[in-house]
Amino acid sequence: MRKRLRYDDVVVCAPVTVPYERYSTQTAHWWAGKALRALSQATGLERDAIDGFCFASFSAGPDTAVGMIQHLGLSPRWLDHLPTGGASGVMALRRAARAVQCGDAEVVACVAADTNQLDSFRKTLANFSRFSQDAVYPYGFGGPNATFALITDNYMRQYGVTREDFGKLCVAQRQNARSNPLALQRGELTLEAYLKARPISDPVHLYDCVMPCAGAEAFLVTTAKVAERLGLQTVRVLSTIERHNAYPDDLVQWRGGWAMDVDDLWRMAGIGPQDIDTLQVYDDYPVIVAMQLEDLGFCAKGDVAQFIRRTNFGIDGDLPLNTNGGQLSAGQAGAAGGFQNMTEGLRQILRQPLGDQVPNARRSLVSGFGLVNYDRGVCTAAAILEAA
Amino acid sequence: MSLRPKPEKRDPLARKVERHVPPGQRSRAAHALAARAATGRFVLQQCADCQAVTYPPRDVCPQCWGDLVWQDQPRGATLLAETTIRATTDLYFRQLLPWRIGTVALDAGPTAIAHLSPTLAVGARAEIRLMLDKGGNAALFALAAGETPDMTDTQWREFVVPVRGSTVLVTDAGHPVGRAVVEALKAAGAASIVAGIAPPATAPAIEGVRFVSLDLTDTRSVSECLTDIAGPLDIVVNTARFVRPGQGLLDQKRALDVGVLGLLRLTQGCGPMLRGRPSAAFVDVISATALAPDAAYPAFSAAEAARLSLLHSFRHEMRGANARVISLLVGAVDDADHQSVPLPKVAPARIGKGVVEALEQGLETHCIGDTATEAMQRWSADPALFIRENSL
Repeated sequence: MRKRLRYDDVVVCAPVTVPYERYSTQTAHWWAGKALRALSQATGLERDAIDGFCFASFSAGPDTAVGMIQHLGLSPRWLDHLPTGGASGVMALRRAARAVQCGDAEVVACVAADTNQLDSFRKTLANFSRFSQDAVYPYGFGGPNATFALITDNYMRQYGVTREDFGKLCVAQRQNARSNPLALQRGELTLEAYLKARPISDPVHLYDCVMPCAGAEAFLVTTAKVAERLGLQTVRVLSTIERHNAYPDDLVQWRGGWAMDVDDLWRMAGIGPQDIDTLQVYDDYPVIVAMQLEDLGFCAKGDVAQFIRRTNFGIDGDLPLNTNGGQLSAGQAGAAGGFQNMTEGLRQILRQPLGDQVPNARRSLVSGFGLVNYDRGVCTAAAILEAA
Repeated sequence: MSLRPKPEKRDPLARKVERHVPPGQRSRAAHALAARAATGRFVLQQCADCQAVTYPPRDVCPQCWGDLVWQDQPRGATLLAETTIRATTDLYFRQLLPWRIGTVALDAGPTAIAHLSPTLAVGARAEIRLMLDKGGNAALFALAAGETPDMTDTQWREFVVPVRGSTVLVTDAGHPVGRAVVEALKAAGAASIVAGIAPPATAPAIEGVRFVSLDLTDTRSVSECLTDIAGPLDIVVNTARFVRPGQGLLDQKRALDVGVLGLLRLTQGCGPMLRGRPSAAFVDVISATALAPDAAYPAFSAAEAARLSLLHSFRHEMRGANARVISLLVGAVDDADHQSVPLPKVAPARIGKGVVEALEQGLETHCIGDTATEAMQRWSADPALFIRENSL
């Protein structure tokens, strides 16, 4: 494989979060507008300075990024729309970084926004994908809970992972959320309460599931020069990977696309897992968190139960994980759920945390996972970021 | 009459239980799968070039982008993972929770999500049935290998129409076919059987069956018969037909009045009664000459073709109503109507058995006997050729 170019002179800055709401009467357009406004306030950039726009949303229909730029009054010379949900944050970063590096755009706003109206969840589900309509929903209509229950059931059988192990991850993330004023769920969660929670789709129980909500996330990708002019603190991109529909012949998903590209990820960054200060992984269900711990190289495949048992995932622990509480505690704002890990990873190394600061954090690994088109998540991506 | 069941004491203001159907949006390829599931086959798409089997239904082979054709597949599978769904936003499944599904590795190649028999455990061998759900769409059901489906299993019952305990109307019990259907339904455990007799025919003596006057050519007679049933009605089997060789005008009129208008009178009357039932079906015993005319029976064939067309429309009407509409296709029957037709002919008792099979195996199209089975094969393969050969 040809050696990839480094992301020289590209910087990432200004992570913003529009505070989530469980239900919103507003539209995705409103939430996107508020994200741009927050971005503008954080950077001092005027509307017309934004010459690149990358957008992710599930609830903006019938509009795409095209409808969105006219709605929001932007005139970018570079435009991208990502339908990849949980992988969209890292993918937005990758695309924007190359556009900026090559000069196709200089100031790219990456925005994910979704509303959550009373019936949004059911409607989004019903029209999600053709394979889901043909071959998943007619089977009990359990939504992603049922699909991930099957993945979780197989994973627990194959690798000896227990509900206590998943519980440790969920409890650690809730503990991390307690200092985050924007997290929707900040109350204490004990392992006992986790284990006693009502079953949703066995073996998935209540606290294995995210809470759908409305919200928006955004960040800026630009050149070091522009960031300096604006007086912004910045983050550099050490390495990224992306893969779609990896291992289609695996009977049940027991690994994600990260496993195909993880060597390239670390090689390009020139560091290893031991050099990571904060790990922000996609967490729609704890089984996917566990899979990423393996597939990103933090432990060997099959060793994850032991790894979870010996690791402290707290903000002051050995491997600070989903330090804002992740989607499991902060909430899942549709496609913005795929940006939340990015903004939190940026904040921790920019020393602008929403809650508690990870001590001496310089490097974050951000990992995305998106779109259960049929029986498994199809899109995976990861990025290693370092404070400039 | 002492055999007449007491009418239900119903509160006219009582709230009705509303029936829902499973999510119904499907791709065109999934509808093609359902069309084949209707006959009880287990088919999946296979690439015409590289032979790879694919699922869920696609429009092109994911291995080589070749064209896909539907092929019968081995029914074996292994259950890899399971879940019991306890929460859903769908109104149909919400009434049925908890609901168990699993991931099966098909011997044919792909993996699939399937409804599970309660006896099937993870790691065990399974046998796949391609069923139709309450919305008439294809659904995979995994039984334990070698298992006889349990008609009391709440999940399995959603895909079939159990005869045991049901109230049934058979339209023409004066004819040997109708009589055989009555006897088969009785043997299968129907709780209450109402059998129509069209004058001047007289009722045979079958214990436990209530015979009523029913003339499908008379709208009032149909209406009175259905009103007389009064209580819930689960299954209607229409065996009425008027068969004469040739194409006499009077014969044609009568065949249309019994077979076509009669079907219409019946469905308009019983449709609303079937609509509210938890598990309902309308079975029409129809001649395979509906597919292509038999040169010796042109008038009858024309009536049967029109009847099949109406039956398809009734099926469409009942899709959202939780009721299955079954076409039971038969060849020449071994009866007085087909005296000069050479063998093979289908025995009335075989048709009776076929009605129960179609209901309890969850079929929507069921061919009874060799003649009807062959007719369906030839019609499916090349309709134009079949019509030509049938008329030579």
